[in-house]
Amino acid sequence: MCLALPAKVVAIDEQNDMATVALGEVRKDVSLALVDGVQLGDFLLIHVGYALNKVSPEEAERTLRLFAEAGL
Amino acid sequence: MKYIEEFRRHDLAQHLAAAIEKEVKPDRGYHLMEFCGGHTHAIFRYGVQDLMPPNVSFVHGPGCPVCVLPIGRIDNGIQLALEQEVILCTYGDLLRVPASGRKSLLKVKAEGADVRMVYSTQDALRIARENPEREVVFFAIGFETTTPPTAVAIKQAHAEGLKNFSVFCNHVLTPAAIQNILESPEVREMGSVSIDGFFGPSHVSSIIGSQPYEFFAEEFQRPVVIAGFEPLDVMQSALMLVRQLNEGRHEVENEYTRVVSREGNRKAQALVAEVMELRRSFEWRGLGLVPYSALQIKKTYARFDAEKRFQVPAIQASDVKGCECPRILRGVKKPTDCKLFGTVCTPENPMGSCMVSSEGACAAYWSYGRFRH
Repeated sequence: MCLALPAKVVAIDEQNDMATVALGEVRKDVSLALVDGVQLGDFLLIHVGYALNKVSPEEAERTLRLFAEAGL
Repeated sequence: MKYIEEFRRHDLAQHLAAAIEKEVKPDRGYHLMEFCGGHTHAIFRYGVQDLMPPNVSFVHGPGCPVCVLPIGRIDNGIQLALEQEVILCTYGDLLRVPASGRKSLLKVKAEGADVRMVYSTQDALRIARENPEREVVFFAIGFETTTPPTAVAIKQAHAEGLKNFSVFCNHVLTPAAIQNILESPEVREMGSVSIDGFFGPSHVSSIIGSQPYEFFAEEFQRPVVIAGFEPLDVMQSALMLVRQLNEGRHEVENEYTRVVSREGNRKAQALVAEVMELRRSFEWRGLGLVPYSALQIKKTYARFDAEKRFQVPAIQASDVKGCECPRILRGVKKPTDCKLFGTVCTPENPMGSCMVSSEGACAAYWSYGRFRH
């Protein structure tokens, strides 16, 4: 129920507060009612047709580094 | 797909498994409760349990909104569709959950009730616009992740002056449920359930932040690590919990920093706070009545509240005889302890909610076949 997927913003419709996001080959229109300052190329966490949050590329990199360094 | 595949990498999983193996102390157990069905699903789908040392075990929690919704509320939904003849919109997860009298929303739909599966609250609003002569009720379920989209829909209906749209609100709150589990006699006194630490919710926390867990990490002296839903996230979080337990710490740590902050999504929180307020008490399957554990629609938006607009009586309905869902939801029993599991209760023909929802513990055990070893 709480599943949500990260998808890339490929178009923004400012007038309707909507964006088109791409997840692989799939495109979907989602509401931006819950997030501010969305830009083209951002990754958004998508849940039931809404963007919940932005995904931070820097933090994602940092977490991946943690995995690689674990136990060293 | 970016931010998905790299969090499922085999080589890094092996690496994390070795790190956990190295850090666990052989003379103690590590009983880690994953609150969310999303974590249960990741653990089973990717075989995370098999990568853990034998003294690290996962205890499955009640974090599946479909699983914890009491049967009486589904009976209410069926009444709305059948007796009030509304168009009842809901997420697909809820359609097959068994209600009283061997009914389900899907069965009454087959019998002619106008039940419609929607992907988004936006779909429910569209159906209301397209059917101005009909009453349209959105049967809202879900934790904090799913609540803001419902709040947005109510605000939008208000702004548009939609007169035929309302919400049957069943949104529930995660911290109240975790606290209830920690206060249960099984954990506190009887000691029949050991919980040494928690995997904190991923997407619930993207909305509420990591701050709300600080109280019970301190109060109940259990570490919490907010964990993403991918298998490597779960493994890294297990490592962080093992370290905290080894060092005698009980803090809230955040593994899922790419999405979760301490304060969460303030905009979403403000929208929910504008439209909804706490219920004094709400019934959870398995946990019973839990104080301040759910939301209701505020008086200012009462005309969008299906419970004010229609007759929605409190219905006491009992679970299917022999179904262990309530104990499974509290972590007291495992799906394989239930006599119905895999005999009369399967995902094709579910008797209990934990088998219906793909996030339920029973469905996870059955679908990935891991109980067979």
